[in-house]
Order: sequence, then structure tokens, then C-alpha cells
Amino acid sequence: MNKALKIVVLAKQVPDTRNVGKDAMTPEGTVNRAALPAIFNPEDLNALELALRLKEQRPGSTVHILTMGPFRAADIIREAMFRGADGGYLLTDRKFAGSDTLATSYALSCALRKVGYDLIVAGRQAIDGDTAQVGPQVAEKLGLPQVTYVEEIERADDASLVIRRRLEHGSEVVECPMPAVITVNSSAPAVRPKNARRVMKYKYAMIPTEIAAAPDSEQARMVAAHDYLQITELTVADIDTDENQLGFAGSPTKVKKIENIVFQAKEAKRLTGADADINELMVELIASHTLG
Amino acid sequence: MDNVFVYIELENGAVADVSLELLTKGRELADRLGVKLEAVAMGENLAGIEKELAKYGADTVWVADDKIFAPFRTLPHTSVLCGLIEAEKPQIVLFGATPVGRDFAPRVSSALHSGLTADCTQLEIGDHKDAKTGKEYKDLLYQIRPAFGGNIIAWIVNPDHRPQMATVREGVMRKAEMAAPAAGEVKPIAWKDYLKDTDLAVRIIDRHIEERKINIKGASVIVAGGYGMGSKENFKLVHELADVLGAEVGASRAAVDAGFTEHARQVGQTGVTVRPKLYIACGISGQIQHTAGMDQSSMIISINTDPEAPINKIADYAITGDVNEVIPKMIKYYKQNSK
Repeated sequence: MNKALKIVVLAKQVPDTRNVGKDAMTPEGTVNRAALPAIFNPEDLNALELALRLKEQRPGSTVHILTMGPFRAADIIREAMFRGADGGYLLTDRKFAGSDTLATSYALSCALRKVGYDLIVAGRQAIDGDTAQVGPQVAEKLGLPQVTYVEEIERADDASLVIRRRLEHGSEVVECPMPAVITVNSSAPAVRPKNARRVMKYKYAMIPTEIAAAPDSEQARMVAAHDYLQITELTVADIDTDENQLGFAGSPTKVKKIENIVFQAKEAKRLTGADADINELMVELIASHTLG
Repeated sequence: MDNVFVYIELENGAVADVSLELLTKGRELADRLGVKLEAVAMGENLAGIEKELAKYGADTVWVADDKIFAPFRTLPHTSVLCGLIEAEKPQIVLFGATPVGRDFAPRVSSALHSGLTADCTQLEIGDHKDAKTGKEYKDLLYQIRPAFGGNIIAWIVNPDHRPQMATVREGVMRKAEMAAPAAGEVKPIAWKDYLKDTDLAVRIIDRHIEERKINIKGASVIVAGGYGMGSKENFKLVHELADVLGAEVGASRAAVDAGFTEHARQVGQTGVTVRPKLYIACGISGQIQHTAGMDQSSMIISINTDPEAPINKIADYAITGDVNEVIPKMIKYYKQNSK
């Protein structure tokens, strides 16, 4: 009696905000999104790894990615498949535009009801917003318990998990019934590398929109012949929603304004690394009681 | 009705600093709005807690005192706070952007279908006109936060939903005792009415609290290293200078991500916020993500090979040079002159 689990990993494709170089800002001081590579949100990779480890412990279990985003977000579903995921769902619709975390969580929860789950695993937060809200909000929308900042699943039986989670100054081990939502910390194990054989097998995996763009291609024929290459695409029409709760209209928070960061000019005293300069500085700091 | 709520976080029975900082800010907001400031404490053995909270301006102290509230668990805290909010209808609710606040505030916001802004660095009251509908709103809470990796500052409002909720990181707001304490009137929360049977589903099996080993928040001098230190080996220079100066060691996110030092030393938007007397930034370019956590330092010295590094815009002294040469010289001349 080793029940197979349907594990769904919530993931997001994000601009790589960690490496914002000079060309990432336009001359006008706005963010040049095109200059930032789109990546698999880092903590969602930790989430994927935890999900894959659990799958290995429980034969017959599956790991699917659920991501909300534009068509190109299918890239992270393929990447997850290269690393060991069985497949994924792309939730995509113009009606989701302008969603804040609450409207996003609502849309994801509707999609999750549609696809089914025993366990939902998400990264703690995405690096483009750093809010850490979507995991807990999805849990609330589905009426599920949540465990945040997870580092390890110590034990899994058919109906519950024993989980170690990080606290601000320590750690905690909790027992949580399934289904549940867990959010995974960057201090959890790093994701496994892409597997070369899986890359060969899944590189043609596509969503229907991608197939429709090139219906006569070799790729499209491959996908038609192999079910496992079909990535599911879900729109608002495919899930049961209250459209008032979607997108901009469904978002309680509104952006009043955005300020681009322009450093306020303050005249710095310029020094070189020469001995005389450094000596003078240290004398000054000691004399002013800033040091010592 | 329409008051300002502050969720009081407890660390081993003591009130967390961030909660006192939020009471100070909440007092200012409540005065501006002409409403009361109400603290909400859930925990165990809370008798007398109102005295400290009143010093920081709490007119009312709501208390749920029972062993099921300590240690913190998401579900009971969520249900009880939601119940109290629905009964009392505050217009603003503030939480620390701590692991606890960031765990359950989103859940509360989802249950109440009310917006929540994470990690605000500023909170202000002001008016708002909706750009599309032209509808005007008076006295909204401006929730101001860095976003997009800290490259933009977003001003967020919650025009049509109440309460307006925000989390704020520890150390971002100042805490200040009132000249005379507020009333601090204790009111029990009717928590048994709000708790659901399913709220006890998650069971804590074991808990292990480590001593706070690194505390850069209280340091008066911080020597911080960035990605420009080049390697974990070179990062030792930062420690050497800090040792000589009696300072603490800080780091930028890039240095922590590169494995030069541990996360507890990270200064900035996703680390700690510091305001020391002196901040020496070694090989730190000065992305807003970092400067958001240190730009209130009384004096800033930067060491960078790039004279145009953004950090120099906020520095008092900008040393253009290689950290591997400049830091040993600072050590040498400090020792020479401090005798």
C-alpha cells in the first residue's frame, strides 16, 4: 500500500533580476526587460528537486509543472521535463493580464482543481517580485494546509508528510496531512542537472499553440505521434472560474506609480588607493571618533 | 471600526523588535487618520504584555492567550486573525515581513480577499485618483516597496478592499517610545468562535532554535564585501579589517550567492537593513537591492575599481582602487594612527 502521488510543482518563468547589468536599464532609466534573460525561477528549481525525490520514493508517482504565463513559458516546462518531470500545464490567457498575487493564486487554484493533485510544491518566492505570497494564497483558496520554507521531506506515507522547515533562527519538523501546499527554500537541495537522454526524448515537447504555428513541421508530426510530448495548454475557457476574480479587475492591489531608481547625486570625496590618501582617511576617521 | 491594526510577533515570549517598529509607524498613521492604534497578540502567557505595547502607542491590545498559539502555526493564527478583522473591520493591518508574517499574512489576505503588499520600505497616507475610472479616494495607505530585483520602486494602493495590508521588514522603520504611554486597554479575542477543527491539522514534532550567532543589525561599524572581492579566499580580507576595527562583517547578495559568506550577513532588500555609524563597502557595486539596506548609514566609504560604480553616488568617501591593495593599507594605517 504505497499510494502513488500526483505531485504538481508551481513554477514561474522570471526575468533574471539578479544580474541586472548596465544594459538592463534604458537611457531613460526604465527597466529594459528584453535585456534580461528569462529563467526558471531559482527556488522553483529547489521545489522541483524535492518533488522528484518524493516521486522516486513512491513508485508510480508523477511530477507535473503548472505555470501561468505567456506561450514562451512552455520553455520552463520543457526544462523541468529534461530534469525529470513527467509533463506540465501552461495556464495562459490574456484575461490573466494585470494579475496581482491574489488574482494569480485564484487562477492557479482553479487550474489545480481541474488537473488534480495530492501534493502541491512551490518555490518560496519568485525573484521578480520577492513577495512569497502565491504559495500560501493557493493553499487558502484550495482550503489546504501549508508548510513554508521547506528544506526536506523526511518521511512520506500515504496520507501525510513529515517535513523539516527552516525558521528564522533554527528549524522545525512538522507532520502535515495531504493534500497540502509546501513552499521550498533556497537552502533545500539544489536541482539535479538536465539528463542528456531526457533532453533527446523531450526536446520536441510542445504546447498546441506552438504546434499550430508550424503544423506541417517534423516536430509537429513527432508530437502528434507521441502523447508524452504534448504539453497541456489551459485557458480560462478550460477551467472553472469567476471571471471577476481574474486579471486586473480581480486584483485588489493597484500600482499607483513606478519610480525608476535614479540615485540622488551626493558629492562623494574622491580618494585613490595611494598610501597618503588612505593614511589621511584613517586619521580623519579616528579624529572624528567615527572609529576607535 | 476603521482603526489601524499591528500584528504582534513573539519570539520566545518576547515582543519582536519589528512589531515595536510597526507600532511606532502605526501610531503615526493612526494619528494622521484620527483613529485608534490596536495591537493584536496571540501566544501563551501574555499577561502584562500590554504595558510594553502601550509604551509604543497601542490604544488597545487584543489578546488570545492559549498554548495552541505558541509556537506559531499558520492555520490557527490565520483563522483567529481573520475572525477578529471581520468583527472589528480595521482599515489597515500591518505585519512584520518575518518568516512568520510572510507565512500567514498572504493566507489572511486570500481569506479576506484583500490586497497585501510585501516588504514595504515606506508607508504613507495620501489620496488617489483611479487613472481609468477617474474615481477619487481619500486617505489611502501608500504601500511603497522596491520591486523587480530592486530596480524599481512601486507605489501600491488598495482602493476598494479593506483592510489594506502590508508587511515591513525588521529594521526598516524606527521604533520610538511615546513620551507618555497610550492606554493599552486589554481586550480578549473571542478566539474559540473563530477557530476551526481543521486548524490543528499540522502538528509540530520537533523544534530546534539556534542562538543568534551573527547580529550585524546592532553593529555601529560594518565592513561589507561584495562580488568584487573576487573569491571566498579574498573575502577573508573583509573579516581582517572588521576584526581590527571592531566591526561586524556584512555582504551583498551577489557575494552571498557566490558562496563567499553566509546569508545571515546579507545586507539589503532580501537581507537585513542596517544603519551603522560607518559602513565600508568593499567591492560592492551598489545595486538598489543592496543600498536599500544600508543607505541610512551615517557615513559610507566605498572601495571600488570602477569610479562610476553606483555605490559612489551615496558614498561620503569613494576610494577608487583594488580592494586587495586598499584594505591592507586601511588596516596598516588604522593600527599606526590609533595608538
